[in-house]
Amino acid sequence: MIFLNYFISGISLGSIYAIIALGYTMVYGIAKMLNFAHGDVIMVGAYVCFYAVSRYELHPLIGIILAMIVCTFLGIIIERFAYKPLRQAPSLAVLITAIGVSYFLQNTALLLWSSNPKVFPSIIGRGAFKLFEGELSISHVTALTIITCLIIMIVLTLFINKTRLGKAMRACSEDKGAAQLMGINVNATISMTFAIGSGLAAIAGALLCSAYPTLMPTTGALPGIKAFTAAVFGGIGSIPGAFLGGLMLGVIEIFAKAYISSQLSDAVVFAVLIIVLLVKPAGLLGKYTQEKV
Amino acid sequence: MTMRRLINLKRVEARRIYLTYFIVILAYIICQTMSSTKFLSSTMRGMLVPICAYMVMAVSLNLVVGISGELSLGHAGFMSVGAFSGVASAILMQNLIPFAPVRLALAMIIAAIFAAVAGFLIGIPVLRLKGDYLAIVTLAFGEIIKSLLNNFYLGVDSGGIHFSMLSDTTRLLPGGKLIIRGPMGISGIQKISTFPAGFILVMIALMVVFNLVNSRSGRAFMAIRDDRIAAESIGLDITKYKMMAFVTSAALAGAAGALFAMNYSTIVANKFDFNTSILILVFVVLGGQGNMLGSIIAAAALTILPEKLREFSDYRMLLYAIILIITMLGTNNSEIRSFFAKLNPFKRKEEAE
Repeated sequence: MIFLNYFISGISLGSIYAIIALGYTMVYGIAKMLNFAHGDVIMVGAYVCFYAVSRYELHPLIGIILAMIVCTFLGIIIERFAYKPLRQAPSLAVLITAIGVSYFLQNTALLLWSSNPKVFPSIIGRGAFKLFEGELSISHVTALTIITCLIIMIVLTLFINKTRLGKAMRACSEDKGAAQLMGINVNATISMTFAIGSGLAAIAGALLCSAYPTLMPTTGALPGIKAFTAAVFGGIGSIPGAFLGGLMLGVIEIFAKAYISSQLSDAVVFAVLIIVLLVKPAGLLGKYTQEKV
Repeated sequence: MTMRRLINLKRVEARRIYLTYFIVILAYIICQTMSSTKFLSSTMRGMLVPICAYMVMAVSLNLVVGISGELSLGHAGFMSVGAFSGVASAILMQNLIPFAPVRLALAMIIAAIFAAVAGFLIGIPVLRLKGDYLAIVTLAFGEIIKSLLNNFYLGVDSGGIHFSMLSDTTRLLPGGKLIIRGPMGISGIQKISTFPAGFILVMIALMVVFNLVNSRSGRAFMAIRDDRIAAESIGLDITKYKMMAFVTSAALAGAAGALFAMNYSTIVANKFDFNTSILILVFVVLGGQGNMLGSIIAAAALTILPEKLREFSDYRMLLYAIILIITMLGTNNSEIRSFFAKLNPFKRKEEAE
């Protein structure tokens, strides 16, 4: 039963990673860039939600929606001013710009909201479901996180596969030039991808801080790196891969904490990543492209 | 014709190398005189050694990123391996070799060896991968090294050297001394790093890298970077050359780590995290990939910049971020670049000719 408890908290943590990883993987799939500022968008989302709920005493749901709106616009603005001018630039230049944006967001947050950690109020209360006569307890946050992740997965998969916009996104990630010739507005599609990814980041931020209630300007950094790892783990650019990678990473992390050593859990997570990449060099669900001469 | 062009190219390359040496030596002489005549503020004087260490880090990372063409996000890992092995060996040698400069030199050599071994071990899996996957694995190794060093205990007593993981189970005899104390790192370090030593290390790093780049191996690195398949088809052993660049870079980073650590009285593994790796990558990209002089200037400028921005107090890191973004946009966007070129009358004349 303890095992099951760990497993469920692993899935819950993994769900958060998965939602963040989606942002990385969608942007990578379409713009071929590693958006290192993504972790900090999560932090901004969490702060917006925090102030909406605890300062202005709005309903948590409204707080999340507000955070999503702010982050969506933030994502579009970042893309427009920092990444769009670099469409043709070498990928490393874009990477460094993304790091610059990440510093920018962190330090703006530091100025606006100071470095004092804030205690994030849980968006759903601290209660728990008790199953099997109390042996298995699932907190409401955990349940909410897992359900949210499932809903996002279903909606996003439907969106990408069934709608015209989703089709445009797939076309752009396949071949930008050809997509443009077919009348797809590539720039708008890329903006939309950033918007969706950043909106999801806001949800992830609220969930993350409900589960681990300390909020600081650097809160997003480590989950960002972990989620990035998860995206690579599942095969970067692949949306089901991001889910799978996120969930597995969460479960591995919790198990490593529980059964191996809490201090070495990060090392174990990264070691598993390395082993997986050695066996499958493009991640679990990634496409491995053979180079041709 | 082609032969002459080649000779000409070599001449240009040689001129660039001598220019680099010249500027570094000149900068050293200026800083040294300024520092001895008390012209330099004490904060600036304290930054001289870290700047040298960062320069070596940037040059060594440039060998991997610029010359060999692989993105590495875990370079600080090698720095920390070097820092810990170097400082530990310096403490062990304290009674053996009382003369500090020799001890520092030996500690840096030991640090370089340890980091090179780490680089080799990490290189085996890493160099099988490509592009972003390689980058994430170097990031992963950087984090693993940090985690392991955070849980590493090393002590010495009359019975020899003992070490343990996770918790302190070294069971030292009375009179023994615990050197590395897990998350507490090493404290009570004798500050034996000096600016001249840093300068010498920068010169050595430059010599190693320039000689390597302008050798048969260096041309192989660049051939592999530019076209892996073509390089393979003419019989270059890709893994061997990539490994050579990776291990050399790790060894230099290790020596830099030892230099860096012995400038402070305490070091902890968390100092060498992902952000440090990124910081060094920023030096390399801002200075220009493959351009060693650029790396050196960027390392110095970006270490001094946050200090100089101190008068803006709270806004300094924000300004740093904005400067970073604008520089990247300005150097990489053709529209912005042509806009700046129009403002610059000298450039315009050149183009007209």
